Amino acid sequence: MIRVIQLIVDNTSGVLSRISGLFSRRGYNIESITAGITADPRYTRITIVTSGDEDILEQIEKQVGKLIDVRDIRVLDPDDSVYRELVLIKVKVGEEKRQALITVCDVFRSKIIDITKDSMIIELTGTQSKINAFIELLQDYEILEIARTGIAGLRRGSDGVVYL
Amino acid sequence: MIGADAIVKCLEKEGVTTLFGYPGVAICPFFNSILNTKIESILVRSEQNAAHAASGYARVTGKPGVCVATSGPGATNLITGIATAYADSIPLICITGQVDSNLLGGDVFQEADITGAAESFVKYSYLVKNAADIPRIMKEAFHIATTGRKGPVLIDIPIDIQNKTISGFKYPESVNMRTYKPTVKGHAVQLKKVITELQKAKRPVILAGGGVILSGARKELRDFSHKYGIPVVTTMMGISSIPSDDPLYYGMIGNNGRSYANYAMAESDLLIVIGARIADRAVSSPDLVAKDTVLIHIDVDPAEIGKNVGPTIPLVGDIKNIFNDLAKQDAVCDFSKWVGALDECRSQSMPRKAPRKSYVDPAKFITTLSEKLADNDIYVADVGQNQMWSCMYYVAKSGKFLTSGGMGTMGYSIPAAIGAKKADMKRNVVAVCGDGSFQMSMNELATMVENKIPIKIVVFNNGYLGLVREYQHNTYKANYSMVNLGTVPDLSKIAEAYGIPFVRLKNDKNMKETIDSFLADKGPALMECMLDPMDTVK
Repeated sequence: MIRVIQLIVDNTSGVLSRISGLFSRRGYNIESITAGITADPRYTRITIVTSGDEDILEQIEKQVGKLIDVRDIRVLDPDDSVYRELVLIKVKVGEEKRQALITVCDVFRSKIIDITKDSMIIELTGTQSKINAFIELLQDYEILEIARTGIAGLRRGSDGVVYL
Repeated sequence: MIGADAIVKCLEKEGVTTLFGYPGVAICPFFNSILNTKIESILVRSEQNAAHAASGYARVTGKPGVCVATSGPGATNLITGIATAYADSIPLICITGQVDSNLLGGDVFQEADITGAAESFVKYSYLVKNAADIPRIMKEAFHIATTGRKGPVLIDIPIDIQNKTISGFKYPESVNMRTYKPTVKGHAVQLKKVITELQKAKRPVILAGGGVILSGARKELRDFSHKYGIPVVTTMMGISSIPSDDPLYYGMIGNNGRSYANYAMAESDLLIVIGARIADRAVSSPDLVAKDTVLIHIDVDPAEIGKNVGPTIPLVGDIKNIFNDLAKQDAVCDFSKWVGALDECRSQSMPRKAPRKSYVDPAKFITTLSEKLADNDIYVADVGQNQMWSCMYYVAKSGKFLTSGGMGTMGYSIPAAIGAKKADMKRNVVAVCGDGSFQMSMNELATMVENKIPIKIVVFNNGYLGLVREYQHNTYKANYSMVNLGTVPDLSKIAEAYGIPFVRLKNDKNMKETIDSFLADKGPALMECMLDPMDTVK
């Protein structure tokens, strides 16, 4: 089971290592982790995608909640949250196939942010399933490099917003 | 005032009177500042033992123990002591010197990333980068160490920060940590459930752990148990949470525990776990516990609930508070039939197979020794066969039983006993160790003599690392590897070298008289008991 956990943590030195260290020493999975400052520079928002059975997921919440830098922890329920991930994909593509690739990119509403003689960098934002589908489609081309950011997410609506 | 003065001032404000430490250049400003204060600094012989001594001190006073070491190897030597305290939830304040903050990360002489290295063994750690933060950090550190589930807090302070001049020292009145608010009060609905379940139960058992002692709820535990007539068993860390002669006490559970304690737990239909983790050594397969038993788990740490056993009725809060709240409720219960069945089971239990007559019987020795201790005296058990025997045969009165339960750190007993004695010089403190664990911390005899901290030390001499030998006997068909200690040094000469009285007990003859004179003397003393090398725990 996959779960998206959102943390608001004090922006102290080493906070990310405290959190990732807890995951590694207790044997929890991290599918992805993203961190960025919130509107208030004292706090950082960290979004972790993790997996495990119900007992493990419960332990993860409790153990992470125990860390002293963690101000708030909540699970982003897929039914009432939005998740997005950004990916940059560098594809090897020459002139002859370029137009076909641009058509595919248009369908997915991705952006082409760099073109050279024999390569192209595509930027795509979306849910993980959309990104996976897009990458799948690009298997016909030679993918040189992929950089994925991991999931960022927010709950819908204005209820329960504690922090900016 | 410089940073080092500020640290000392903070310790004074927290009421610290004693600390254990070892110097080095990076912590010299601190040890210079402490000279003109009333705080007594006790120089140990190895940093690990500073942490153990602070742990013993904390377990007797209930206040955090303080240990101080220098950067690099001084700090890394502390780690085992810190980890030992962490595993048993003992509050410590660990202060380490660090290299100049401008040189941090440059792999300079005696630099170690101690906050990184100790990360998984501390409740929290600080690397102080600004001297003005010292009062706030110290206040927070003491708060974190002593509240919720207690534990060690590490403060790493670069030498230039210690030397930095600060103006307007002001120790904060209160702590303002919005991210750290442990639950101390039990939830009313959950409290009610305990009473409801108790009324439904026919065979309830209380499993008391170290949390009962840490929250100072020994009396409350006994009151609760007696109010309803509920049998009590303990984990290793829970030993001395209830006196051994309490009619409702059925001993320690676990592989090396009492058969009737395990029976009580296995047969119970309601198990009330209080301040215990239900770890692997206590219950060989925790899943079995809850099968058809209603499990109530009371702990100050919500993460312990459901970690090893489940599902449970959780009750999070400080144990003493919870007992006080439970005491306000009433229920009509009669468990006399169940208690009768357990008494029957206890009366039928087989005594341990006695060792050969030419040696001391450790079971008999420990029972005699602990019976002869005054009510409030302190018994510190080390790790190994000696610990298993101590757990089984120690007779608890109102004094405390200290041991390294979670981490099982050999060499704990002597430094911890020194710390315990320092905490209350009026009580007798006895450290009981094996010849292996004794040799791990015998360097602290110097600390004991030099600082006039007269503890009593008992060494079980069997020439082996007995618990591992026993394991190899059972698992590897007596193919012994790395367990033969060979010739244990002549302990009478070691005692003589340190100028302390020595007595050797060769067999059970004269055991009582020997123990009497061993305990009666005001000063420190060393006793060696000759054990059957092939003696086993059970």
